[in-house]
Amino acid sequence: MSELARESSTRRSARSAEPAPRASARGATFLGTPPFPTAAKAALADTQLRRNLAHATGTIRGKRAAVVAEVDNWEELRLAGAALKDRTLRHLDTYLTQLETALTKAGATVHWAGDAAEANRIVVDIARAHDTDEVVKVKSMATVEIGLNEALADAGITAWETDLAELIVQLGDDLPSHILVPAIHRNRSEVREIFLREMGRAGKPAPADLTDEPARLAAAAREHLREKFLRAKVAVSGANFAVAETGTLAVVESEGNGRMCLTLPEVLISVVGIEKLVPTWEDLDVFLQLLPRSSTGERMNPYTSMWTGVTPGDGPQEVHVVLLDNGRTDVLADEVGRQALRCIRCSACLNVCPVYERTGGHSYGSVYPGPIGAILTPMLRGVGHDEQVDSLPYASSLCGACFEVCPVRIDIPEVLVHLRSQVVDAHRGRPSLQGAAMKAASWMFGRSARTAAAEKLSGLGSRVLDRTVRRRAPGGRRALGSLPWPVSAWSDARDTPVPPPESFRAWWSRTDGGRR
Amino acid sequence: MTVGLMVTCINDALFPDTGRAVVTLLRRLGVDVDFPAAQTCCGQPMVNTGYLDEAVPLLRNHLEAFAGYEAVVVPSGSCAGSVRHQHRLVAQRSGDPGLVRAVEQAPPAYELTEYLVDVLDVVDVGAYFPHLVTYHPTCHSLRMLGVGDRPRRLLEAVRGLRLVELPAASECCGFGGTFAVKNADTSVAMGSDKARHVRETQAEVLVAGDNSCLMHIGGLLSRERSGVRVMHLAEILASTEAVIDEPARPTAGSAAASAEASRTDGPPRAPRPAGAIR
Repeated sequence: MSELARESSTRRSARSAEPAPRASARGATFLGTPPFPTAAKAALADTQLRRNLAHATGTIRGKRAAVVAEVDNWEELRLAGAALKDRTLRHLDTYLTQLETALTKAGATVHWAGDAAEANRIVVDIARAHDTDEVVKVKSMATVEIGLNEALADAGITAWETDLAELIVQLGDDLPSHILVPAIHRNRSEVREIFLREMGRAGKPAPADLTDEPARLAAAAREHLREKFLRAKVAVSGANFAVAETGTLAVVESEGNGRMCLTLPEVLISVVGIEKLVPTWEDLDVFLQLLPRSSTGERMNPYTSMWTGVTPGDGPQEVHVVLLDNGRTDVLADEVGRQALRCIRCSACLNVCPVYERTGGHSYGSVYPGPIGAILTPMLRGVGHDEQVDSLPYASSLCGACFEVCPVRIDIPEVLVHLRSQVVDAHRGRPSLQGAAMKAASWMFGRSARTAAAEKLSGLGSRVLDRTVRRRAPGGRRALGSLPWPVSAWSDARDTPVPPPESFRAWWSRTDGGRR
Repeated sequence: MTVGLMVTCINDALFPDTGRAVVTLLRRLGVDVDFPAAQTCCGQPMVNTGYLDEAVPLLRNHLEAFAGYEAVVVPSGSCAGSVRHQHRLVAQRSGDPGLVRAVEQAPPAYELTEYLVDVLDVVDVGAYFPHLVTYHPTCHSLRMLGVGDRPRRLLEAVRGLRLVELPAASECCGFGGTFAVKNADTSVAMGSDKARHVRETQAEVLVAGDNSCLMHIGGLLSRERSGVRVMHLAEILASTEAVIDEPARPTAGSAAASAEASRTDGPPRAPRPAGAIR
């Protein structure tokens, strides 16, 4: 145990620089996360985090690539998925009322929630009506988005996360850092430590001889969760899909904990974003091919649970569906950005993102991290009000790897650039170094004579530097080392070639394009 | 047919050897190449940072500079991508229907390897470069333009050149334009991994089709005292055997040296069919 304690303190100190997770009375929160560049700086220094993420994303990337390559018509499936979602979003009002009708007919109660507070109130009220002080939860991004667990806690109701990774996050008073694998930033020895330390406080303790073997860890979680499944009267879920035609909700998962929650308790409340709709049962065909391969890199996920309202004598006898807007109609109003509502939360974009792989999810300071989070969060929350949110569209090198793997063809780089222009426009009129630099560059490049004059100046400088700079880059060209602010952002880690004495333009004009 | 060389602002100001190499190379292949002196910058730095209004004057200038050319050749996947995918956006932002029309009517812009392989139908450009080389396919060439294996085929046809595989080649180097300074720590973390992969290959030269990415990776390799140099693909393709008769100049000026050398080769020749060797 002393060894464990030592390990633990090392890890905590390595992680203490990490900005995002803040322990508070109500648990960890993304509030107070600094803008992305600052948060990333700390995360990049966490060597264990870097190793954990590189290993995990690399593994999932490889699995995804292999199973996608097996599908001959993958590109057609992507196109079909995008087209289906676009069509649904174009007629969203029609499909939503169709869903409501179908659900009501099937014995479910439909609630409409305009924002997070309204959705939370609805769920809290239902739980209270059943006089319960706990609910079990299926992994659901929508409920993390609205902060449901915190709202329930404020009402004296404990929400037990039953997804393995969510359980790890919850027990560790941590924050999710990945859409699919919320505890991706933890490795198995950290998980073991969290289980040993925290499980006893939340219910059945972990066996004292717990090792970090995945099978042992899963067994400990299973034991711990079982009593909660058997005891809980109320379950809360999200949904991967909602079929408008039939009123059927679908949850796609790997562990089976979701099915326990969806079948054992008496009451089931599902919080469903309004973009989760598909028009017909047949449309699921496309998405159930796209999602598992993109998400976990499996041909098919182990558990697909579907339910249509109440089935008398089987499963929950009281079924509620909370249809959640919470900014989605604002996203729908954005002609470029609305494609983000096609997202089926597979997280393929996170796994291929070179930025995400190095900074981890907490740096994004948002429930939705990675490339999709960098576009979805600013659109759901609006740009121009919060420095942290405004930093997200810039958290990308625009390399395009996300677009390449997106199963519903969301052109994330296009939306990122679009949102950057919204951020800039929201701040126009306020002085900034970047704005001044862009204006100056725009003026200089507006006419070639100005560009030529600037290059001439640089050429003169180059003649001076050529005499004073001793350093040479590999290949022989003279290079500058560290330079003062603001160029230091570039030169702290990179040498800079000394500008040439003559620009290409000047050479062309002097030699008539090399003919003289 | 006269093609307009869009040299790009960064090559113009910082890497003129690359521009000279493109001229040498295209002339050797019998192409009439012109440099429209009115050109400046395509506006990508502004667009990618969110300054669309600031990109409008640059777009106007670009369209005027290249009007009337049959084709535009760009030794940069990123700038070719900007012309092909971002100019319409900037024109729309300007609210000027004339500018939108002008973008639609602009001559086609080809990244250098696209122009060589697709338009000239050449893979062997008669180059000689007896060095161990590894190739980084820059993101915009790879994913925005989809240049595929064109650069690789061109490199494989260079005599004397030995090409070694770069591990995790398709992963971004972390340059990303203003990303390199706005998110410098992340950019450097990505670039350091790229530089590590380059060093793992034991290559003498890292080649790519974008000097902006090369300035970033090269800057890191230089800071690390790695002894690996970076070169634009055009400079390798412009190198010929004639250069070995010149005094040894293993510097950034080598492409210029080969430009000088090739001028003694006599008048430009007609394009050779693919695969032909001089």
